[in-house]
Amino acid sequence: MGHIKLTNVTKSFGAVDVLHDINLEIKDGEFIVFVGPSGCGKSTLLRMIAGLEKPTGGELAIDGKVVNTVPAADRGLAMVFQSYALYPHMSVRQNLAFGLENTKMPKAEIAERIAEAARMLEIEPYLDRRPGQLSGGQRQRVAIGRAIVRRPVAFLLDEPLSNLDAELRGSTRAELAALHARLSATMIYVTHDQVEAMTLADRIVVLRAGRIEQVGTPLELYNRPANRFVAGFIGSPHMNFLEGTVEAVPSQKAIATLAGGHRLELPVGADIETGSRVTLGVRPQHIALGAGDNSIRAKVRLVEALGSETVLHADVAGQKVLVVAPGQHDLLPGADIDLSLSAAPIHLFNERGLRLERAV
Amino acid sequence: MVAVRLAMGAIDVPLRWVQRRLGIGGMATFFLLPNMLIFGIFVLLPFFINFAYSMTGGTALFLPDRTFVGGEQYARLFDCVNYTDPNSCAEDTFWTAVGNTAWFVVLQVTLMILFSLITALILNRELMARSFWRAVFFFPVLLSPVVVGLIWKWILQRQGLLNFGLYGLGFDPYTWLNDRNWSFAATVGVSIWAHMGFYTLILLAGLQAIPKDLYEAAEMDGTRPARAFWRITLPLLMPNLLVVVVLVLIRAVQIFDEVYVLTGGGPGISTLYITQYIYETGFATQLRNPGLAAAASILMGAVLVVLTLVQLGLGRKGEKKGARK
Amino acid sequence: MSRVAEFIFRRRGRNGWHWTDVFTWVWLIGGLFIMFGPAVWLVGSSFKSPAALAEFPPSIMPYVTQKATVEGYDKPLDLYEVTMPEGSKKVLAEVRRIGIVAQMVSPDKPTEIVKVNIAERTPVRTMSFATSNYSEPFTHFDFVRYLWNSVFVTVTATVITLIVNSMAAFALSKYEFRGRTFAMLLILATLMVPLSVIMVPLYSIISALGLFNNLWGVILPTVATPTGVFILRQYMLTIPDELIDAARMDKASEWQIYWRIVLPLTAPALAVLAIFSVVWRWNDFLWPLIVLSRKELYTLQVGLSVYSGELNVQWHFILAMTVVTMIPVVLVFIFLQRFITTGIAGTGLK
Ligand SMILES: Nc1ncnc2c1ncn2[C@@H]1O[C@H](COP(=O)(O)OP(=O)(O)OP(=O)(O)O)[C@@H](O)[C@H]1O
Ligand SMILES: [Mg+2]
Repeated sequence: MGHIKLTNVTKSFGAVDVLHDINLEIKDGEFIVFVGPSGCGKSTLLRMIAGLEKPTGGELAIDGKVVNTVPAADRGLAMVFQSYALYPHMSVRQNLAFGLENTKMPKAEIAERIAEAARMLEIEPYLDRRPGQLSGGQRQRVAIGRAIVRRPVAFLLDEPLSNLDAELRGSTRAELAALHARLSATMIYVTHDQVEAMTLADRIVVLRAGRIEQVGTPLELYNRPANRFVAGFIGSPHMNFLEGTVEAVPSQKAIATLAGGHRLELPVGADIETGSRVTLGVRPQHIALGAGDNSIRAKVRLVEALGSETVLHADVAGQKVLVVAPGQHDLLPGADIDLSLSAAPIHLFNERGLRLERAV
Repeated sequence: MVAVRLAMGAIDVPLRWVQRRLGIGGMATFFLLPNMLIFGIFVLLPFFINFAYSMTGGTALFLPDRTFVGGEQYARLFDCVNYTDPNSCAEDTFWTAVGNTAWFVVLQVTLMILFSLITALILNRELMARSFWRAVFFFPVLLSPVVVGLIWKWILQRQGLLNFGLYGLGFDPYTWLNDRNWSFAATVGVSIWAHMGFYTLILLAGLQAIPKDLYEAAEMDGTRPARAFWRITLPLLMPNLLVVVVLVLIRAVQIFDEVYVLTGGGPGISTLYITQYIYETGFATQLRNPGLAAAASILMGAVLVVLTLVQLGLGRKGEKKGARK
Repeated sequence: MSRVAEFIFRRRGRNGWHWTDVFTWVWLIGGLFIMFGPAVWLVGSSFKSPAALAEFPPSIMPYVTQKATVEGYDKPLDLYEVTMPEGSKKVLAEVRRIGIVAQMVSPDKPTEIVKVNIAERTPVRTMSFATSNYSEPFTHFDFVRYLWNSVFVTVTATVITLIVNSMAAFALSKYEFRGRTFAMLLILATLMVPLSVIMVPLYSIISALGLFNNLWGVILPTVATPTGVFILRQYMLTIPDELIDAARMDKASEWQIYWRIVLPLTAPALAVLAIFSVVWRWNDFLWPLIVLSRKELYTLQVGLSVYSGELNVQWHFILAMTVVTMIPVVLVFIFLQRFITTGIAGTGLK
């Protein structure tokens, strides 16, 4: 069981408010990822769930029981730390056993659990080594193993892959996904790597400056970002933002003028007024090269040919636009080109940065 | 080992209960408590009682039994006809001890700095077996003051090694420690001998922290070695040097152990220093006067507090310098 | 060979000796004699018999004058090699000496007294180590008691120092609580209150607690050293807090975190403190001198000082006991010198 519920949770360190009014419900067995820029409070939120920090206000419940004052040890959770926090003076086996010994578990069962976890994580050959004698990847597995043997109701992982090199990170990510499928325990995972977030998460929680910006499945966030921040944060490279003004609102659409005079036709609902300022959001992958219905003229600034795709840095009347075009294109900086948005899902954000729901 | 482990495991059971009562934060108090208790009882309490003590008279040991005399003890210490002449004071031994200590401190600080700086500079050169030489000078530091006192008492006595050496040069044997001036010199020399290695180490650490490329740059500029010493070594060593000065000062003011064994304060009271005065006034003599000893110790404490504050201030400055490097 | 010499006496002057090179070696060699010489002399002297100790000029090595039992004399007589007037040499025993003339007998002719000018004779001596200087104090004096008292004080005080100080350092480095800075400052402030300043009232407190003439009265006031707390705390600050969080998640109690995680990881700093504490407590003098007035409670240092202050000092025993007192410290010096010197250089601790 690993049902976790946060109601109006706040946290301050002295006079500094780090988390504001967090409401979140995590279902049993769910893989939840917290993302957000550095310093937004991801770790603090996770540590609060763990019991390592006390909430300043609000209510935190695990499996329906309020645990605000329950110490970390008694919440039945396990945590994997960014630095792994393996006990340097104990062998891998002792590291795994330490938490179990503290629960007065019989020796035989401890041995059994360690053997099982070691098999699962393929760390059997290192059981009698010290953490200092292991590579980064091996240490990472031990850290996960230390959590697994505890059979916790939920796993808390704080950037567990950030100390690994790119290749290892990729493979470990896949293993983590497999592990979650196998254990089907609740996992709460903190990262600022959005690839990890997108690939691992059942649901993603986007945090900014101590507030939840949006909660949803990876594709929900990608397709229907609640606001400019989420739209810019999810997806790589970042979404292009173009400033414009609404000129007319015929039925089911809006005509917007961009700085530089381009007129674009946008499909939106009725709750938009003529003359209001809006921001258009278009993902770089959704812009096509060549003229079309909804097209804009741009000047190429830089061409990055990656082989399978070409990344164009272009300039539309002073606003930067990034285009990722599949295949190889023979373009030179300084060239004028047409970019077509006719097939692109265009997101519209109002002046407060909130996304205007598309009507269609 | 097993027993220790079991004991610690057993302690854990009641402590878990304590932890439940106090909370995790409250355990900090628990961990701090033994230390604070011992500090409180054996350092802070006596520190405060000392003031009360210094304002009471008589020979009774416990404070409640003592009679309040106000500032009388201090008045007695400062009761002098002529402050430049200890013999004109009511407590002439106190002022002799103060005078002796002052001389001792001055000589000790100058000579200690001189010798340990020279030794550190030499040990900082490219030497074969440098750690051996460092050990040579460090060796007496760990010896107990009593052993130091006895070693030198044995060497300086009439049939001792020193007279043997001088005899070889044609001098007659002399009982050095029965001579007022020589025994004073002996106390200074012996405590330099015993502690020099310690300060040498601190200075050596400072010297080794000076980047070598500074000297190379100076050499490229055609700086002469002597000038490099005055313009590079000495200024960069200054923080360590100041710390050493203050440490030597603080220790010199409190000198007791090795002198007590070496000369016992004699001949007469020519090597009586302030700590021994306090000790004898408070404990050792027939007419012991704890109140007077307390008053004297408070005066000494005041000097030490000033010196320690200077040291802490210097340390802070040194740290900042270090941080900037 | 010359290359070795060149390496050993690396000099500043590229050709010839710069004055600093000369000075360096004069200083070093002189230092070698002055620093080690006295201790070596002490050890050498400690093996001399009382008679050899009273001699002037003293001999370098421990010699004893040979003695022979001569018929008709109760005590063994000292043997001398005498240059006879006719120039031959003879071994004679001294009966008595009057001024510069000694009355001597030949061991084979005990009745015939020969008068000899003392300038004409030299004692017959052999090297002999007076090990009784060492064995006798162990059997006849309270020396074993003193040794035991010293060991007890040193070991107990060190163990308590390590435990109490490391607990405080743990609290001061790994917990946030109100008054932490105050506690830290308080501990540092006690650096300014050395024993010599508070000995009078401390003595009354010790007496009030019934610890006068009690080894615990020597131990307890010394165990809460501010320097100890300070160096342990500095070291514990380098232990990552995540480790402690991990242990809390692992259901470890705070005591277990202290005992099983933090203490083992602080081992290097504990070792330094332990070494220093052993040396400090072994060498302590003034406070034991005040607290202990009963002979059987003396520590080595007090015992030595009291014996050496007696009117007719038995130097042969004192020297031997001094050597024994030196031994632990010399062992510490030989085996842990590196440790100590880096400890001092790093912390300014003494
Ligand atoms: N113990 C503390 N005392 C005071 N402020 C703190 C404390 N811990 C964290 N903070 C502050 O709280 C904010 C959130 O910190 P947190 O560690 O949760 O960020 P994060 O989202 O995990 O960032 P990162 O991605 O860099 O790990 C930061 O501004 C940080 O400075
Ligand atoms: Mg973080």
